[in-house]
Amino acid sequence: MENRIEKRIELKAPVERVWRALTDYREFGEWFRVKLEGPFVAGQIARGMITWPGYEHVKWEATVQKMEAERLFSFTWHPYSVDPRIDYSKETPTLVEFRLEKSAGGTLLVLTESGFELIPSERRLEAFRRNDGGWTQQMKNIEGYVAEKP
Amino acid sequence: MSRRSLSRTLARRRAHAPVFAALGDETRLRLVAKLAGGEPRSIAQLTKGERLSRQAITKHLRLLEKVKIVHSTRAGRESRFQLDPQPIEDAREYLDLVSAEWDLALARLKAFVEG
Repeated sequence: MENRIEKRIELKAPVERVWRALTDYREFGEWFRVKLEGPFVAGQIARGMITWPGYEHVKWEATVQKMEAERLFSFTWHPYSVDPRIDYSKETPTLVEFRLEKSAGGTLLVLTESGFELIPSERRLEAFRRNDGGWTQQMKNIEGYVAEKP
Repeated sequence: MSRRSLSRTLARRRAHAPVFAALGDETRLRLVAKLAGGEPRSIAQLTKGERLSRQAITKHLRLLEKVKIVHSTRAGRESRFQLDPQPIEDAREYLDLVSAEWDLALARLKAFVEG
């Protein structure tokens, strides 16, 4: 069974444009829906707050691993660490990697998230449970956003 | 994923990480495949066709048992192992959730860079 996530998506935009959307902290924040305190720097922790209405109290945090210009951007994080009462820092994080490749139509983006076999997930599920109602609403919000800005 | 199936996943609240770890091994995946029919099998039956010793296979089975992917029953002198598909199903649903979140985030990224 797969214990990693892989997504491949064709973007009709040049590699440098996609690189900027991924690694400029303000641009990343736009589509990822997080307000970051400052730029991404390899080896450093990036912090911010979720910008979804109703979730503005939720902190966002990731440790930037690699920034290889226009090729690879990676960070480790604790996905869905939405419960402020839980200290997620002791858990082994997952690794998120964005790989960029020039393609005929623009850019091929390959996203992977790995390391799920290392996470003690009891706590994570608790966090999910608390977020259940909001999560369903979030899906609708995103659908609306994407439909408005095709 | 529907809200109902999400609730189901959460209601069971099993630990997924050990399940992912247990399945991250070829031998154990083969054992799970052999048990997928649902019939209880003995260690002798499960060792057949494997290059590993009976002891090694037993060790793998005990690990699968520990994370509740299989359970064993005694039939006379031998243990028989049976698959419980639920933990695997739960772990898959969890991964589906994270995966769905990425689909949405990447759709927003696409709109952002192409817009």
